[in-house]
Amino acid sequence: MNTNQNIPKAKKELVVEILLRLADDRLIHGHRLSEWAGHGPELEEDLALANVALDMIGHAAALYKYAAEIEGKPDEDHYAYFRDDIDFKNVAMVELPKGDFAFTIARQFLFSAYSYFLYEKLIETVGDEQFNGMLQKHFKEIKYHFRHSREWVFRLGDGTEESHERIQHAFDEIWMYTGELFSLDDAERTAIDKNLFVDISELKEPWLALVKDTLEEATLTLPDDDQYMFSGSRQGKHTEHLGHLLAQMQFLRRSYPDAEWK
Amino acid sequence: MSADHSNNNVEWPLWEVFYQPGNGKPFEHAGSVHAPDAEMALQNARDTYARRNEGIAIWVVPSSQITASTPEDVGPFFDPANDKAYRHPQFYSTPRAVKKRT
Repeated sequence: MNTNQNIPKAKKELVVEILLRLADDRLIHGHRLSEWAGHGPELEEDLALANVALDMIGHAAALYKYAAEIEGKPDEDHYAYFRDDIDFKNVAMVELPKGDFAFTIARQFLFSAYSYFLYEKLIETVGDEQFNGMLQKHFKEIKYHFRHSREWVFRLGDGTEESHERIQHAFDEIWMYTGELFSLDDAERTAIDKNLFVDISELKEPWLALVKDTLEEATLTLPDDDQYMFSGSRQGKHTEHLGHLLAQMQFLRRSYPDAEWK
Repeated sequence: MSADHSNNNVEWPLWEVFYQPGNGKPFEHAGSVHAPDAEMALQNARDTYARRNEGIAIWVVPSSQITASTPEDVGPFFDPANDKAYRHPQFYSTPRAVKKRT
């Protein structure tokens, strides 16, 4: 049922904007994880990464579906397959190539910790029942993604010389992409006034404390937070990697728009 | 690459996975997983065997900690039951007095 007939147009646009930001992060991150299918370091970890990928793509699909209802688009595929890189609102962190296993784990840990604090606050804030219901459902899975990746950070950090080196390198590489997670823009400020979003800049402190504790326990060094930070992805200014990812992800659907699974 | 790269080829130990289908139900054997330690074994078990509502609790046990009977044990362990019907409760007929009461 479409329950959104009464939402004013400006608010509709804002809800869609927030839904797409959350969904794009999850679709692109999920796609990167799906690239591990068949290439995991162990059969069990291959399954674990594929499970997390499916969870994240599922979160994105639910959010897109709701956005499609509000905007009157045919379905969630419209957002995944028929937009160009400039239209995607995901942070750059999730579009970076999957790298080695250490890189994948470091990114998963940083992003899941961010999602944990974000969803916790969003659930307290968002008044829209359908939106909030999705957040609550996805929050449970985010907790697991966080737990799984955090345990791996301990083991790689405090593992062999090579695993320590690789994951330290991964954290150092990713760090310049963490600034975006916590910077507010105008759309988000307006959304906060309408109880559709939360002040993400306030999440930085608890997030950093958690990351710091984890890295310390894993015998790793927290990268210097006072460094150049990448920005602009939420407004469509992406790294060169997103275009390649989309080319692969969207090719089939765009070439054969009416193709069906048989 | 470190010098002891060959260590990476050592297979993780095997763990047996048991899950509880519901409250108060006995745990059932689901299968096994490879994992470097207990916590990861629990997570791998969850990802391999508990993704479709199979249960509400999981146990993992190092396979090396399980003592099992061998095929040679089949005779001495299990045969005695076969030809001694009086070991089964069904061998005894229920006394008339008990039957009446039920």
